[in-house]
Amino acid sequence: MMDAVFLQFLNGLDKGSAYALIALGLTLIFGTLGVVNFAHGALFMIGAFCAVVTRKILTLESVVLSATEKTPWGTPKEIKTAYVEAWFGDFGATMIEYSILFSILFAIPVMMIIGIVMERGLIKHFYKRPHADQILVTFGLAIVLQEIIKAWFGANPIPQPAPASLTGSIDIGIWLGMTADALVYPLWRLIYFVFSAVIIGATFAFLQLTTYGMVVRAGMADRETVGLLGINIDRRFTFMFGMAAVITGLAGVMYTPILSPNYTLGMDFLVLCFVVVVVGGMGSLPGAIVAGFMLGILQSFAAMNEVKAIIPGIDQIIIYLVAVIVLMTRPRGLMGRKGVMED
Amino acid sequence: MFEKLKNNDKLIMLGFTIMVFAGPIILAPFGAGYPDLLQRFAIFGIFAIGFNILFGLTGYLSFGHAAFLGIGSYSAMWMFKLLTMNVIPALILSVIVSGLFSVVIGYMSLRRSGIYFSILTLAFAQMSYNLAYSVFTPITNGETGLQLRLQDARILDAVNTSGSLPSPMLFGLKLNATNVVEMFGMKLQFNWGFYFCAIILIAAFYVSLRIFRSPFGLMLRAVKTNQNRLNYTGINTRPYTLGAFVISGMYAGLAGALLVCTDPLAGPERMQWTASGEVVLMTILGGVGTLIGPVIGAGVIKYSENIFSKINDKVLEGYFAMMPESISDFLVFIVSPFVGSGWHLTLGLTFMLVVTFLPGGLVEGATRIFDWLGSIGKKTKSAKPGGNTEAAE
Repeated sequence: MMDAVFLQFLNGLDKGSAYALIALGLTLIFGTLGVVNFAHGALFMIGAFCAVVTRKILTLESVVLSATEKTPWGTPKEIKTAYVEAWFGDFGATMIEYSILFSILFAIPVMMIIGIVMERGLIKHFYKRPHADQILVTFGLAIVLQEIIKAWFGANPIPQPAPASLTGSIDIGIWLGMTADALVYPLWRLIYFVFSAVIIGATFAFLQLTTYGMVVRAGMADRETVGLLGINIDRRFTFMFGMAAVITGLAGVMYTPILSPNYTLGMDFLVLCFVVVVVGGMGSLPGAIVAGFMLGILQSFAAMNEVKAIIPGIDQIIIYLVAVIVLMTRPRGLMGRKGVMED
Repeated sequence: MFEKLKNNDKLIMLGFTIMVFAGPIILAPFGAGYPDLLQRFAIFGIFAIGFNILFGLTGYLSFGHAAFLGIGSYSAMWMFKLLTMNVIPALILSVIVSGLFSVVIGYMSLRRSGIYFSILTLAFAQMSYNLAYSVFTPITNGETGLQLRLQDARILDAVNTSGSLPSPMLFGLKLNATNVVEMFGMKLQFNWGFYFCAIILIAAFYVSLRIFRSPFGLMLRAVKTNQNRLNYTGINTRPYTLGAFVISGMYAGLAGALLVCTDPLAGPERMQWTASGEVVLMTILGGVGTLIGPVIGAGVIKYSENIFSKINDKVLEGYFAMMPESISDFLVFIVSPFVGSGWHLTLGLTFMLVVTFLPGGLVEGATRIFDWLGSIGKKTKSAKPGGNTEAAE
């Protein structure tokens, strides 16, 4: 029984990590710019498609008709070799195998540019408008981004394999002194958790330990005063928007081996992540992370058969139920600050 | 509260009634004169009018109104299955049930405002959707959707011996019956189902007009303008906002019931949050807070959904056939992502443009154009006395 509970806890971690990362990006945008960004799910999806694009580029093939070999139909056999393999040999094959690393490198500048263009091109004009307008225009943007992706990549999910050496499962139980095979967990999910922990840690370190982060935090507390001190806070906030896009995009890149990306991925996660942010408290970074992991783990516990036997259907609604209860009892969410979104 | 309508409002009602009743004639040249689409115009018009009473008047942005649409559909469907194929009991029950649900959901959601309200309504709607998909399968028939069957009870109806499924009717008048009339050189289709929906649409529009002009409506507008100030003056706004929420929930239930009256099938996807988003789009596109705006928005979106989504590359090539091939290929290449299966892209772009530049929607656009035309008219009038030289030439 203890093993089962622990396993569900671990199962919740990877979903929780994704929720926490997306919610972190969402909260960064909200905390700095005060904008409710409904296009945030689309950023997650675009991140996932950065991985698709990278893999496509790496696996571009040259086709040569074989002189000797023939297909069963009598036509010359086509020999396909990926260009990178032809150029770099075995190292090229390894590159394709570990394409996700290149995806990460590719996604960082792409997401940064997309974030900055989005902020300067559209969201900038909505700071003084009501929150309802911000929700609506970013909702429209989310539809547009989703449809562009659909027009380019089609409507079907595109599977992205993880590197072969990282696809298996590992026996965590042995590390913890249990019997063998008591607790087997897919390796990639563990990697995802570690990855998200690193990103979260790096973000907090950036905000807490660097001067740049300190100015940003000051701007979150009182934008006007920071501006009066002669600091161009707008430019820093634009950068923070780009950074939030990068965080969310990387969450998407790393999630591709777990869930094959298609164009609805963003919308699916958006609703959940808004719930996460609201449960954590709008504008609170630790709140977003705690709520992300909490809801991920609760969701996986609710999927246990023992729980479902007591309350049927609980796995379908647990997140929303928690959100309703939290909002009814703690109006600002778990860690919300006073005065944020009160009007 | 029930004083006589002002002359202006009488004109509005009269114009609206004529436009709706003449719908099959006016819309036939645009390829939208067929019953299925006309019914959708009317039904989603009702849905959007109801949504506008909440969002347009109080400013509370609900992202979960599709739940009430689905609830209305399911209750009407059960009335068809258990009681009778007559649509009247189905409509009454669905309005009552969706009203009850909206009292509960509204009571809880309205304790918060702003984004929290949006998320709460969204959470409730997603819960209903997920439950309809899974646990409530005995009531909702899950993914397949609730359908009519021959062995349903229908205790009020005569025993069905025909062996085919009965269709919804109004005291014996079959709603899917269509009269095709040749007029003005076109085939006009007058469908009973559409006229039934149209009468309800006009009634719904009338109720919304009365609410807009009533002290209750004024109070709702005050909530939108400054709720804090109302609270400070000692007015409890909760009953007013809850009233608006319940009314709009009942409108949504009514629309859901009409959906199954015209096509007896109720599925859970009707309750998904994208469906809630759609009614938001309709209301904003048409003009939020205006009387006629939501109906126009619903019409425009449903029209484009039906017309744009049918245009594929072949049809486009037909449009550009008279041009040289290279130009026509180029135009097809440019336009094709925006039509057919990609028409949502057009929708999203239009919506963004409207929110950015025309926050009042198409209605505001129309008034701006009229103002502009009016100002041009004035200029030419004032310029006339001095403009003799031009006239001489």
